Amino acid sequence: MTSANQIRMPAGGASASPAGPRQAGRASARRADNRRKWYEIIGLTTPAILIYVMFVLVPMGFAVYYSLFRWRGVGPPTEFVGLRNYTLAFQDPIFLDALRNNAIIVFGSLLIQGPIALGVALLLNRRFRGRAVFRLLVFVPYVLAEVTVGIMWKLLLTGDGTVDALLRSLGMGGLVQAWLADLDVVIWTLLAVLTWKYVGFAIILLLAGLSNVPDELTEAASIDGASWWQIQRHVTIPLLGPTIRIWMFLSMIGSLQIFDMIWVTSVPAVRSLGASATMATYMVDNGFFARLWGYGNAVAVILFVISFVAALLFQRFLLRRDIEGAITGRAK
Amino acid sequence: MATKRRRSAVLALLMTGVLVAAGCSGGGEEAAPQGELYKDPVTLTWWHNASQDGPGKTYWEKVAKDFSALHPTVKIEIEAIETNQLQRTRIPAALLSSDPPDIFMTWGGGEMTEQVEADYLKEVTDQVKAEVANIGSAAEIWQVKGKQYGLPFRMGIEGIWYNKDMFAQAGISAPPTTFEELNAAVTKLKAINVVPIAVGAGDKWPAAHWWYNMALRACSVDTLKKAAAEKTFDDPCFVKAGQDLKAFIDTKPFQPNFIATPGQNDPTSANGMLANGKAAMELMGDWNRGTLDTVATDKTKLASFLGWFPVPAISGSPGDPKAALGGGDGFSCSKNAPAECVEFLKYIVSPEVQKGYAETGTGLPVAKGAEGAVKDPALTSILQATSGSSYVQLWLDTAYGSTVGTAMNDAVVAIFAGNGTPEKVVSAMKAAASK
Repeated sequence: MTSANQIRMPAGGASASPAGPRQAGRASARRADNRRKWYEIIGLTTPAILIYVMFVLVPMGFAVYYSLFRWRGVGPPTEFVGLRNYTLAFQDPIFLDALRNNAIIVFGSLLIQGPIALGVALLLNRRFRGRAVFRLLVFVPYVLAEVTVGIMWKLLLTGDGTVDALLRSLGMGGLVQAWLADLDVVIWTLLAVLTWKYVGFAIILLLAGLSNVPDELTEAASIDGASWWQIQRHVTIPLLGPTIRIWMFLSMIGSLQIFDMIWVTSVPAVRSLGASATMATYMVDNGFFARLWGYGNAVAVILFVISFVAALLFQRFLLRRDIEGAITGRAK
Repeated sequence: MATKRRRSAVLALLMTGVLVAAGCSGGGEEAAPQGELYKDPVTLTWWHNASQDGPGKTYWEKVAKDFSALHPTVKIEIEAIETNQLQRTRIPAALLSSDPPDIFMTWGGGEMTEQVEADYLKEVTDQVKAEVANIGSAAEIWQVKGKQYGLPFRMGIEGIWYNKDMFAQAGISAPPTTFEELNAAVTKLKAINVVPIAVGAGDKWPAAHWWYNMALRACSVDTLKKAAAEKTFDDPCFVKAGQDLKAFIDTKPFQPNFIATPGQNDPTSANGMLANGKAAMELMGDWNRGTLDTVATDKTKLASFLGWFPVPAISGSPGDPKAALGGGDGFSCSKNAPAECVEFLKYIVSPEVQKGYAETGTGLPVAKGAEGAVKDPALTSILQATSGSSYVQLWLDTAYGSTVGTAMNDAVVAIFAGNGTPEKVVSAMKAAASK
């Protein structure tokens, strides 16, 4: 105690004396304490803030700035066009196709992966032989690099490729499609591949959530005569709420920004026709390949605003209860 | 005391941050010694696109080493970067910074005009007069307003690569010289159940090149020159090109689902189809000899059946039947590169180095005196056709610059996919020119 107090004493501090001055000493110690806290805060956060400012805020500011110019990346931007790039984007049918495709991926991922992941997670949460192996297998696609998965599926789905051969040998030749070439089919093919890859992530998240559901509750319910299904329906799934909402949030943001898989799996022609373009691929195709740097920046800003607003709305209406700790509060 | 120590620690941290930030803006201009050649030691940074291991990459390493041996004051640092990345991101970003590579690839046309306007490239007109004379008209593509800003090392026209065995089997006696004959050949090839023409429409440009050739046949040379210079596409011949293309696509000469077929680099590509006997023809540039080899399972067999003929003429069209589409690869020095850079550029296009390049089989040389090193029969016929052509039109997407070029290619691909029109190609090009 004494030694700690001595350390907290300001450099020019009065020597400790009994009675009256003691209070003043405490106040100055508190002040020093406060100051020290601030040094720590500044010292510990400065590197992070510097990096955040340099690599997030500054580039974002530049993106907004460049998006107001007609600029091909040669020489400094000089031709100010105001919001023209933004209006041009919303007039381009291919960009609107990209928006639609992003919407398909956002809602498709939630509606397909959600139920599958919940079912598999509940199943894998029961005790059976080889459970660890199954848990591992389910998670493998998620661990693979997105580009690897993209190339793999591209090869499997190519015309007369493995998938077609498999379907034919199972007597389902009628189902064979031009998976990556048919402009009406390709986005659903990509959605299926994305589901295959990312459902493992949802399952692992939900399994982690399930391990947090106290055994006492399920035991109590079963003593009360609830069936396994009733326990899941009325005890486990409601308690999984926070995990499900976090997964929805991550899935939504990831789907809005999806790039790699689309870029690798679908060819440029199909993308440029709008059939498989997403906002991010549209941005690269126009920004770099058509060398419309100003326009590309405008698309980047649109993508950012859409993701940001979606994230804010989601937090405001769905995540608020979790952030406030309402669930844990009630559980107590 | 402890407080002091902490305070100085915080200070140190802050200082580091400031230093890091300062380091980013630093960079520092390299001094450009314009004095005597080969007096002071210089390092040239060289960016090219032979990024895949093979004879092309090895050859450039040898060229750099040989030059350094001749001139010990010059050190050359090579960076080999994949073409798309090099052209679309690395070079533009490097040119915007204060530290671009000294010598890097340029393709002429609209993009180079913009680079010159931004004052990025070194003008070399006077220094390379002898080289330009030896290269001939191909060097004009690396000129902007009559001044030389780079030199090509590879140049060739495109044509149709075909499988001689399949042609013989289908009873096609001679390579087609008109589109009527080409249509007849397509019918005969279909009769023996062969895919007549492979097209890598998935990569867009291989499909767009069919439109370029239709435009070359439908438009007069003057119209094409004017279009490239002024970016005006009002001449009805550009719509006619789309109509001719649509009529040709309607005869179904291509493989099924061509919209997802890549152009080159893997066995399922259009390239792979021709190389492995799965299609009879492919429209492609002179570099195809090398790329076919990389995807062929049997290289000897490929060499035995591979042939080449120029794109057929369209009878009764105003275009010059002897005109051809072509393009090449060249190098330019950046504005502030040391004088040795120009010497190295001259060295690259000297007949000796060009001969060695031709021997790698990765492309056709441009310098006179190197032709003898071209051994492959298909490449020899391209060389003959190139020197026999009355006019070589640079690839339209390069000539018009990437913005108009991309819009044009996208709109042509839409015709291939069945949801575009000849008129939309022209309107997309006009819209892009103002974007």
